[in-house]
Amino acid sequence: MNEWLSPRVLVLAGGLSHERDVSLRSGRRVADALKDAGCNVDVRDVDEQLLDVVRSDRIDVVWPLLHGASGEDGAVRDVLELVGVPYVGSSARSCRLSWSKPVAKGVARDAGLATPAFVALPHGTFRELGASRVLSAIVDRLGLPLVVKPASGGSALGASAVRTADALPRAMVDCFAYGDVALVERHVTGVEVAVSVVELPDGPLVLPPVEIAPDGGLYDYDARYTAGATTFYCPARLTPETMDAVTTMALTAHRAFGLRHVSRTDLIVDPSGQPWFLEVNVAPGMTETSLLPQSVEAAGLTPGTVYRRLVEAAAGTNRSHSVTLS
Amino acid sequence: MQEPQGTPNAVDHAGGTAAATHTAAPHAAGARGAAGSRLDPWLDSYAARTRGMTASEIRALFAVASRPEVVSLAGGMPYLSALPLDVVGDALARLVSERGEVALQYGSGQGDPELRERILDVMAPQRVDAHPDDIVVTTGSQQALDLVTRIFVDPGDVVVAEAPSYVGALGVFRAYQADVVHVPMDDHGLVPEELEATLVRLRLAGRRVKLLYTVPNHHNPAGVTLAAERRPRIVEIARRFGVLVLEDDPYGLLGFDGDPLPSLYSLDPEGVIYLGSFSKTFAPGFRVGWAVAPHAVRERLVLASEAAILCPSAFSQLAVCSYLQGHDWKHQVGVFRDLYRERRDATLGALADLLPTARWTVPLGGFYVWVRLPGGLDAKAMLPRAVTQRVAYVPGTAFYADDQGQDHLRLSYCYPTPERIREGVRRLAAVVESELEVQETFGGETGWGTPAPGNPHRRVQSPGPDLT
Repeated sequence: MNEWLSPRVLVLAGGLSHERDVSLRSGRRVADALKDAGCNVDVRDVDEQLLDVVRSDRIDVVWPLLHGASGEDGAVRDVLELVGVPYVGSSARSCRLSWSKPVAKGVARDAGLATPAFVALPHGTFRELGASRVLSAIVDRLGLPLVVKPASGGSALGASAVRTADALPRAMVDCFAYGDVALVERHVTGVEVAVSVVELPDGPLVLPPVEIAPDGGLYDYDARYTAGATTFYCPARLTPETMDAVTTMALTAHRAFGLRHVSRTDLIVDPSGQPWFLEVNVAPGMTETSLLPQSVEAAGLTPGTVYRRLVEAAAGTNRSHSVTLS
Repeated sequence: MQEPQGTPNAVDHAGGTAAATHTAAPHAAGARGAAGSRLDPWLDSYAARTRGMTASEIRALFAVASRPEVVSLAGGMPYLSALPLDVVGDALARLVSERGEVALQYGSGQGDPELRERILDVMAPQRVDAHPDDIVVTTGSQQALDLVTRIFVDPGDVVVAEAPSYVGALGVFRAYQADVVHVPMDDHGLVPEELEATLVRLRLAGRRVKLLYTVPNHHNPAGVTLAAERRPRIVEIARRFGVLVLEDDPYGLLGFDGDPLPSLYSLDPEGVIYLGSFSKTFAPGFRVGWAVAPHAVRERLVLASEAAILCPSAFSQLAVCSYLQGHDWKHQVGVFRDLYRERRDATLGALADLLPTARWTVPLGGFYVWVRLPGGLDAKAMLPRAVTQRVAYVPGTAFYADDQGQDHLRLSYCYPTPERIREGVRRLAAVVESELEVQETFGGETGWGTPAPGNPHRRVQSPGPDLT
């Protein structure tokens, strides 16, 4: 390892996904924080020159902050493992588990976590069996209200809350514009909470949970990325018992998915205090309005210091990471 | 603000400790307490006119348009590679070395006198017969739009605009809290009968109409040109109703066939403000545009401009001046015209071959084709699918202040090569086909255009400057 006084970090941001803009913002934000913490940082997009740069001796650690496909489905991380460069964040295998929301919900359920009842179906199923028949079967089984969202992807893109059956076809069309598989899930009414976990040298640290209260009631794209459109409470206003339950859920998810360095679990706490697992993020947003940086600050920590320790952990753990081609 | 539905309690709770881990205790300095944080301490201080200036999904989707894999038919960027950049570079170097003390200094609020003189030549084909003193040079014609709106429009005043209308102008009107009322167009531009009916209706409703905003030549986004016979009628109707005409003409010299039609200004210099620009005929990077206005209006425009920016960039103005003086700019405009004609042909040819079920306008100049999608498809809802297929366009709703335009989109042919344009249309056709399939699966046009409850159609924001 070279010159740890000033580790050289390559932040990957951009990509070709629908969340390119979010990724660029996250990348700039993390790069600034790392520079403040004394790292040598470059930010670059994913392109044909990337592997040459990564292979050069001038990079100690890569931090993939790509949101959306290829960034969070594990593909880029598989390649980083192929070329043997350490990176911040979870393995490709763990990414694949969390990237698909239906798969992730299965993993969470197997780990004993409550998750709203759901069904995930490709467009072809609706076409072959008749959309109205399939939709009414869904409503009969799951009830209303429902949430419709693409089976993969973040930032609430393509997601709608549906309160009546007539609104369902339109929500399905909006969802299929983002991807071929739609996840339809029972909408649990309650408080939205996000719980971030970072792994520091002395073990995983559960950061103070953030409670999300969007002005319009819907934490959609605008509510996520417009400062002022959402009120955040950090720590979340929960009873001690519920606080325990949500932090335990985040930690259980972090372990069940085999996540590394950093993760954020999104959940809903229903009025009885029961948390419901929605999804886990391997590349949590790091923008000015994102949740993980708020939790870091609420814990009294400096983002740059935390991020630098993640970089150091990455450099220590997987410089010679065995290549797993699964 | 939404009441949390959980159990709001125990703000100071430090969290439980799970085995072999620790939970970070909220830090006194970091904890935001029961009041919560909105991440913007100035939230209560913003002016009412900034309402609606929010992040938007649509705008974010355009982020991929800059990637080389994507065929962007979204942007309105002039094809600057066709400029003799070496000639421009030499002229700029000489400008600084020989006239640097003027070029890098403050200048006149109204604009450089020599440039104003030369602008008269540039407007001659549109028969704008004015005096240099009638001209106010601005930072792009976009600033002229801002200044005109600033001096005429109070919150709640009506601006009448074409349906659809230039997205950058709609942004200005919104910023000044104007109420935009659209008037239909057809293949020959703004329809005089519709304009008159709209003005009658507004008068009966007691509304104060301050401006008629129109792009008569090679309309952005509609691609149509106001017919010669309609021009005097439009001017006459506006005069009769006491409405000042704001004529925006950035594309006038970029007609593919024959000479430009006479400007509205030429028909009534006292009732029309004419806006011109070097952004499309030379280069947008200089940000030089202008307004020609009746003298009393011009006085106020100059004062408003000085209050806003003191003076337009002297460097940019002298650069444009030296280009006009030292280069055959008319020939260069001809080069642009030929290039854009070829690209227009490529676009129309590709649409006819690959997307025959759509309908589109046939532009006689400018940068844009306005396309109506088949089957009532929603262009905005379809955009993510297009991004996945690596093609970008601007959804039609961007060009309306109300909810119209859902089944339309704007294609720009100014920047990509003809081959890329065809590839882009090919991808677009595939996107349309898949979207039609999904629409068919979920019940055709039933309930179309009615947003799902709880998921209202958000107000479309202006795209960034490279897309307007």
